[in-house]
Amino acid sequence: MSATPLLAANLITKSYAGVRALSNVSFDLHEGEVHALVGENGAGKSTLIKVMTGAVAADSGTLSVAGAPVAQMSPAASRALGIAAIYQQPALFPHLTVAENIAFALEPRAPWRQIDWRRRRRDARDLLARVGADIDADRLVETLSMPEQQLVEIAKAIGSNARVLIMDEPTASLSEREVQRLFEVVARLKSQKVGIIYISHRLEEILAIADRVTVLRDGSTVGTHAREGLHASTLINLMIGRELSAIFPKRAVALGAVALELRHLTCKAAGVRDASLVVRSGEIVGLAGLVGSGRTELAQAVFGLMPPDSGEVLVHGQPIAARSPAAAIDAGIGYLPEDRKQHGVVPEMAIEHNMSLANLAAVARRGLIDRAGERSQAERFVEQLRIKTASVASDVESLSGGNQQKVALARWLATSPKVLILDEPTQGVDVGSKSEIHALMQELAERGLAVLMISSELPEILGMSDRIAVMRAGTIAGVLSREEATQERVLAMALGH
Amino acid sequence: MLSQHRRELWVGVAIVALFAALAIVRPEYFGRGNLIDLFLANVAVLIIAAGMTLVMLAGEIDISVGSAFAVCAVSAGALSKTGAPVLLVIAAVCVLGALLGALNGALVAYLRLPSIVVTLAMMIVLRDSLRWITQGAWVQDLPPDFQWLGLSQGTYPVAAGLIAVAIAAALAWGLRHTAAGRVCYATGSSRDAARLAGVNTSLVTLCAFASLGALTGLAAVLNAMRFNQIPANTGLGLELKVIAAVVVGGTAITGGRGTLAGTVLGVVLLGAIGPALTFLGVSAYWERAIQGAIILVAVAADALPRIRHTHAALREARA
Repeated sequence: MSATPLLAANLITKSYAGVRALSNVSFDLHEGEVHALVGENGAGKSTLIKVMTGAVAADSGTLSVAGAPVAQMSPAASRALGIAAIYQQPALFPHLTVAENIAFALEPRAPWRQIDWRRRRRDARDLLARVGADIDADRLVETLSMPEQQLVEIAKAIGSNARVLIMDEPTASLSEREVQRLFEVVARLKSQKVGIIYISHRLEEILAIADRVTVLRDGSTVGTHAREGLHASTLINLMIGRELSAIFPKRAVALGAVALELRHLTCKAAGVRDASLVVRSGEIVGLAGLVGSGRTELAQAVFGLMPPDSGEVLVHGQPIAARSPAAAIDAGIGYLPEDRKQHGVVPEMAIEHNMSLANLAAVARRGLIDRAGERSQAERFVEQLRIKTASVASDVESLSGGNQQKVALARWLATSPKVLILDEPTQGVDVGSKSEIHALMQELAERGLAVLMISSELPEILGMSDRIAVMRAGTIAGVLSREEATQERVLAMALGH
Repeated sequence: MLSQHRRELWVGVAIVALFAALAIVRPEYFGRGNLIDLFLANVAVLIIAAGMTLVMLAGEIDISVGSAFAVCAVSAGALSKTGAPVLLVIAAVCVLGALLGALNGALVAYLRLPSIVVTLAMMIVLRDSLRWITQGAWVQDLPPDFQWLGLSQGTYPVAAGLIAVAIAAALAWGLRHTAAGRVCYATGSSRDAARLAGVNTSLVTLCAFASLGALTGLAAVLNAMRFNQIPANTGLGLELKVIAAVVVGGTAITGGRGTLAGTVLGVVLLGAIGPALTFLGVSAYWERAIQGAIILVAVAADALPRIRHTHAALREARA
């Protein structure tokens, strides 16, 4: 290990729209080293990677490559400096061959240059051999399996003379054996003096492969540790180790009958298998789990977006066969989706029209909309939810994120649901709106609604839920009561420890 | 209110300016005969454009309307020659048009095929099937009670005008005041969001296409009545006129935004400009080019505020 790090990030700070994503984070990587980066959802791992690859610019802090400071990092500059990243989903051109994909990173691209096909194939074969991949360079990428595509990505990265390889959740969609093959490639790269930044939620992998581990929490470095003597439990403690800072307006509510019941719900298309869960009237159940554990997919299967293959969904004891959102809405389910701009609201439509969309029947008689009634309904919600807008006739896209989310929520309140599924209800919402949304959830529970809340924020899960269901690998790994639940237990369950 | 209907306003201003110029330079443009000719030549475009507005608001497009128009016109002629009463002919052809539209709609809505491809194929299939069946022969010797709706040549324009106005008014009102109109906007604006709100977006798409088909059938009959024969190649290029009028009228090609009033104004502007050129002494060969230029100006005018908006947002994000 040489004294000068291959890549060093010093005191990096980055904020998005006033929200601090990284504060004074330092990180370094040496030749032939695997340095793992771990942290909860939203700890700042992705942002740090984006800063190092030049995808976003840091607000302050410095980057240096092989001891030389880099004044301004950009994607092109980082490639030129030998930094390459491969992500969970390979970013290849599916309709081109392996050789063409690799050539894209390799060859200088003058549009009028004649292509030397033989050389292109030979280069691709050499690179694939270097990562130990037995793949025909003439195959179309779309015919390759996921691990094969990943190997092509790695070959491509090495071909561009990468000295630093960033691997972001590379094993998320790999089988046990494929993971072992990938580790062999990583060992091979190490011996070729490539430095590797390795990001994974799978702690056992980290402990098996990393030389050093840096833990991020809430945008700050908790510490960098050599692998020797590290245990999964130590890592989990380091990843959490924070006090519950926010005050949540959670009060105990007398629970009613079972409002929503899932019985062995399986939906192969959504990656959900054998999920069983009960939510009672007046209860808020938090659905925790890592990104990719199938929380949103479970909600979508319940809501009829991805009809289940087997199992049952019952609302107040009645089995519902929701093959479409319309059927789920009729059965009394509301679903506030995660991606507000894409799915939660119709941005180009007026606030009042957005609020009535899921329940036009309430403001319409025989298909004719009572525009005055629609407007007064909207004005009632604007007042009740304290939505800041000049007029209910304004387009939703003119509102702030928090207010858009309140409009999306109002749409479901207008349907008077029995069960409300909230998917990341406070993501990308300012602090003020966030506590208002929490207060509203509590109020809804007191009115007898059953609430299922998906959240990646552990404090929110622990602060708002009566019970916490933890998902892992497409199924409910366990359910904790409010009293038993701690950040450590939830995270350990989500990680499978 | 004004900012929301800026497009309608500008098209209106353009029409007024055009008419004002004509009134000064060529007042004979406003002669009774010319106006009636102008109107009759555009009734079909107006009725189909009203239907096209629904399809485009729902985020789709139909370029097969010219061919469907020909199929409906020839069918109307053939049916009337069997002695069927004119109202039955109209009803039957509307149903035929609705079925053709519903076929497009079903392919788009349930197989999720791109509407431009589906209707391109349909445009060719309908046009060439018709050519093969008729062998290029025109439908001739139409019975007198079919022509001019069985009315006199003088009262027919009044009747056709009433029908067109009634359709435009009904659709304009329906888009604003009915649940069906609302879900049409929602589907075109954001299909995913509409579906998540429980809207049956496939059904909306199907109905929009079927309505357009029925209106195409109606337009075809009303147009066929004006002549005593129906050429087998009727309606060639009609789809372009219709789509141009809808686009100039401010309906977004991506769906979700637009009004029927805008479409009506678009039809008036594009319909009035051709003969106006002749009156102003410009060669008729320029007509298409100028119509094309109007479309470009209209869509560019749409893009400008959006680009400015994006730049402002970017600057704000950087600051």
